[in-house]
Amino acid sequence: MSSETGFDPALYARFPTRAPRPDEEKEELAHIWCAPKGWDYLTAVNNSYIGLYYLGTAFLFFLLAGILALLMRVQLAAPLMEVLPQAVYNQVFTMHGTVMMFLFAVPAVEAAGVLLLPQMLAARDLPFPRLSAYAFWAYAVGGLCFFASIFVGLAPDGGWFMYPPLTSKAYSPGINTDFWLLGIGFIEISAIAGAIEIIVGVLRTRAPGMSLDRMPIFAWAMLVFAAMIVIAFPSVILATLLLEIERAFGWPFFDAGRGGDPLLWQHLFWFFGHPEVYIIFLPAAGMVSMIVATVARTELVGYRLIVLALLATGFISFGVWAHHMFATGLPPMTTGFFSAASMAVSIPAGIQVFAWIATLAVGKPRYSAPGLFVIGSILIFVTGGLTGVMVAMVPFDWQAHDSYFIVAHLHYVLIGGMVFPLFAAFYYWIPSISRRPLSDRLGRWVFGLMFAGMNIAFLPMHLSGLQGMPRRVSTYLPGQGLALPNLVSTVGAFLLAAGVLLFLVDLVRNFRFAPGGGTAGNVHDAGTLEWLPTELYSVRSIPVVASREPLWDDPALAARVEAGRYFLPRSATGLRETIVTSPLRAEPQYLQILPGPSPWPIAAAIFTAGFFLALTVQAYGFGLASGLFAVIAVLRWLWESDRRVAAERVDIGAGIEVPTYVTGSASHGWWAMVILLIVMGMIFVMGLFSLAFLWSNQPSYWAPPPAFRGAVPILLLDLAAAALAIGGRRLLLRGAAWPVVAFVLSTAALGGALWLDRGQWAAAGFAAEASGQGAAVFALLALQGAAVATGALMAGYCAARALRGLVTRPANTSIDLTMLFLAYAAIQGLVGALFTRAVGA
Amino acid sequence: MSNRFLLASTSAGWPPPVLDPGGPYAEPVTLLAWALLIGGAVVLAIVVAALGTALFGSKRLKAKLGGERAIWLGGFLFPAVVLTGLLIWGLSLTSSLSPQPGTDAMRVRIIGEMWWWRVHYLDARGQEALRDANELHIPVGRPVLLELESADVIHSFWIPRLAGKMDMIPGRTNKLLIEADRPGVYKGQCAEYCGGPHALMGFVVVAHSAKDFERWRAARRPADGGGGPGLDLFLASGCAACHTIRGTAANGLAGPDLTHVGSRQTLGAGILPNNPGTMAGWIADSQAIKPGNRMPAYHQFSGRELRALAAYLRGLE
Repeated sequence: MSSETGFDPALYARFPTRAPRPDEEKEELAHIWCAPKGWDYLTAVNNSYIGLYYLGTAFLFFLLAGILALLMRVQLAAPLMEVLPQAVYNQVFTMHGTVMMFLFAVPAVEAAGVLLLPQMLAARDLPFPRLSAYAFWAYAVGGLCFFASIFVGLAPDGGWFMYPPLTSKAYSPGINTDFWLLGIGFIEISAIAGAIEIIVGVLRTRAPGMSLDRMPIFAWAMLVFAAMIVIAFPSVILATLLLEIERAFGWPFFDAGRGGDPLLWQHLFWFFGHPEVYIIFLPAAGMVSMIVATVARTELVGYRLIVLALLATGFISFGVWAHHMFATGLPPMTTGFFSAASMAVSIPAGIQVFAWIATLAVGKPRYSAPGLFVIGSILIFVTGGLTGVMVAMVPFDWQAHDSYFIVAHLHYVLIGGMVFPLFAAFYYWIPSISRRPLSDRLGRWVFGLMFAGMNIAFLPMHLSGLQGMPRRVSTYLPGQGLALPNLVSTVGAFLLAAGVLLFLVDLVRNFRFAPGGGTAGNVHDAGTLEWLPTELYSVRSIPVVASREPLWDDPALAARVEAGRYFLPRSATGLRETIVTSPLRAEPQYLQILPGPSPWPIAAAIFTAGFFLALTVQAYGFGLASGLFAVIAVLRWLWESDRRVAAERVDIGAGIEVPTYVTGSASHGWWAMVILLIVMGMIFVMGLFSLAFLWSNQPSYWAPPPAFRGAVPILLLDLAAAALAIGGRRLLLRGAAWPVVAFVLSTAALGGALWLDRGQWAAAGFAAEASGQGAAVFALLALQGAAVATGALMAGYCAARALRGLVTRPANTSIDLTMLFLAYAAIQGLVGALFTRAVGA
Repeated sequence: MSNRFLLASTSAGWPPPVLDPGGPYAEPVTLLAWALLIGGAVVLAIVVAALGTALFGSKRLKAKLGGERAIWLGGFLFPAVVLTGLLIWGLSLTSSLSPQPGTDAMRVRIIGEMWWWRVHYLDARGQEALRDANELHIPVGRPVLLELESADVIHSFWIPRLAGKMDMIPGRTNKLLIEADRPGVYKGQCAEYCGGPHALMGFVVVAHSAKDFERWRAARRPADGGGGPGLDLFLASGCAACHTIRGTAANGLAGPDLTHVGSRQTLGAGILPNNPGTMAGWIADSQAIKPGNRMPAYHQFSGRELRALAAYLRGLE
């Protein structure tokens, strides 16, 4: 067997070790990993806590948005009802969509990842626990404040898709729209933080021997999910940024009268918005794949096909966004392409459905609550997929688009593709975190009510749509054949709600969170690692993985893991730690020292929320201070990281030694920074796309850009900045001051290049408020400005660490990451200077 | 116009408008819709049968389903073949329904406003020949090319029995072909959420036989000035600031042109039948009927004044 890292796989034969391990090791692990008591409890960063809070908060938003849905159903139960005034209804349907998509669906699957992945991969925790804590608290604080806007009548009312010009200052002068733009703004940040965590976690913290083809399907699904967030979310981040800038400062990105274009928003929004559906669906499909195998008591049929299907869905889903825009007057060539891609994306879904059916056919299925939810989810999802194929047909979509047919379609897809799998997952995985499982008997009732309610609520909506009922209407006229189907839908909605209510009863009666207090155990007789006995520190020892279902193939595994006979049966350094393994074959590479509880992530999250909320209510002074404190809190939490420990190499079991500090491209920090730079790059690329789009759609507003000649000094300065950053890192060998000086100079060069660039555009008579072109160019310059400012902050941070003697030699992660960031900023500045001069030259 | 054209009775019950085409630009879509609905039901039945077999089938059938071959056949080959066929159908239908240059269609520009519609009939050279609002009259058997624009936010024009919908986007002109086979009233409403009373932004297409259409067209003359107390009230109360009545001093442009309001099927943009009672009610308190619309309520009118005003407006044919 060949090796990926030089690690000799023959060493795995040393496990399980023979000598008994002392019990004190277990006590020490428990002591190291225990959560702080009292108020400090809030500073916990362990994934067992954060994951559960995260999931609980997401579920709370599911209930809140569900209540909004019931209010809407009451209003629509009969024609011309006056339960919700029109203005309130418009806020309620906007909040229902927004909360379900941004505050429930994405966070819920992300939370499931945070909660389950470390256990499933037999890691002690995810690689950036404080980042998880920050992502959770920013989401929880910000999300709750955002939701509260509905109680004071300030909730957004422009629809969850927020199309300008309806949402521009002229037609939505109130701060309702700003609540959406800024509220969603930091939920996006939180989602990206979680995605980085999940990608690095899945690729670098798997149990030794768990090569990619032995990875549980859920981990594959979360990997594709997180990669899709990294590609898709930047588009909506940019879109919200541009619209907020247009509202606040009058830069006309979307104003057709000044060289902007309302369709630009739709492209940016749906480039995110459609992948979003698969972002929600794929993790849930991953859950179904896991549960189906256990329910059928056999290994998953077509594992490789399913992995291929997950990857194919991820790719194709980025080519379907314009199927939300078939009625905007796109040329037939364009709609034809998006129609074909929209149909093609149903094929990987079909492969997964038939793989689940094949697995059920091979095995002996049990009709427990998770099994019923999985079967129900397949039926509902297939129905939604079939109506999806219908609306992928352009002529049919011209009729169905923006009608209740679509409301029916999307709820079949999302409830079948995400909500039912999530409930299956609740019934399936709760025994792994609770001392008691949920009641299977109640679970069957929950399933029955939800399945019947769902179909009674949404099946008639297909008919309402064909009757001509548009979406997002607060009422409808009598005598159109709409009264009966709507009344039936309302009854169904309450039935569905009754099922959810019964689930809450089950939860209250049986859920007993067990952080370190023992779990209900492997009640489903499943085969994957999350069913090993766990405590707060996850498993006692980290097993060597030799197959996809280790617990089925080695019945003695659980006992041996608990007896500490595998990797890392103790804390090697006396600190929180986990094994970092190689991305393909999961060979042990080094021991990562994990940070423990800290008040700074939660402080940073609260200040981040304060920053955005203060901007919304136009308290700029307070917002600025809050933003400053947020940055300080982040730096303060980082300050404690990137430290070496006394032991350079430690024994992680059976005499196998690995280093405790690694720099360069093998380190988890380097990976996270590269992913962050991809996010920044995507934001910038979508900015470039916006400029090119406005040029091709509004040519009459275009003015010749400044000459290329002027870009030469900009390019030279940017190249110098990159060279200084890369060279500075190498000079660390000579002393910690060298890279710091180089980074400061690099930042100065970046700033100089930006200054020159901005000056040339201003001298050529361009202004951000004057035209779509000016707005787009200055927005790109502003993005570069943000990059330069961040680079300067990082250079300053390195300087502070160097002064305190924290920049260790010969190599240091903080220096590495600052180098990467500055080099990226230089490339971004260079590309931006050339591209903006090329468009329309 | 007879009572059978009253709004309430136009589209109740079965078949729903999308499946009840009124012209050649809706008909092929109805055929497609039926094919998709029935085909979808068949595929769902196949999946249910496969699932049922997997759960309750005989050992032999289960063995056939339980392998990668079944996944390739059911999950890849079958959808790939069906979808390819559908795609070809969809693409050819899309191009045949899209407006081609050089058709001798009648041209009408419709401009979406919050929350009503301007209707400009154009002559062969594209010049404006007649203004109206919230209602479109067409001759049967002749294609009508609609030039769809917006004055404020995005709206979407949708008459399900005549064609699919098309968005009205600021800064663009989108084109849509419609044609009616038979005389009658075809209802529709704005399909793109446009804020406020988006739910109450309806539209009516009235199709006439060719002869009736010419008669209707010839009868669209400016008002004859003999307005009496109703016109005096209209001019004195500020109505003319927003509304035009050609042939009088009223020339406001913000609201619908009322030159022919008396002959319209509906009031309030497709939401009320047009009779003296609804006319008076709309003037007195349109905000209660259609909250947020741009016309203020006129509570100050006495009953007599309202009757005079309504009678005058009803007389504008």
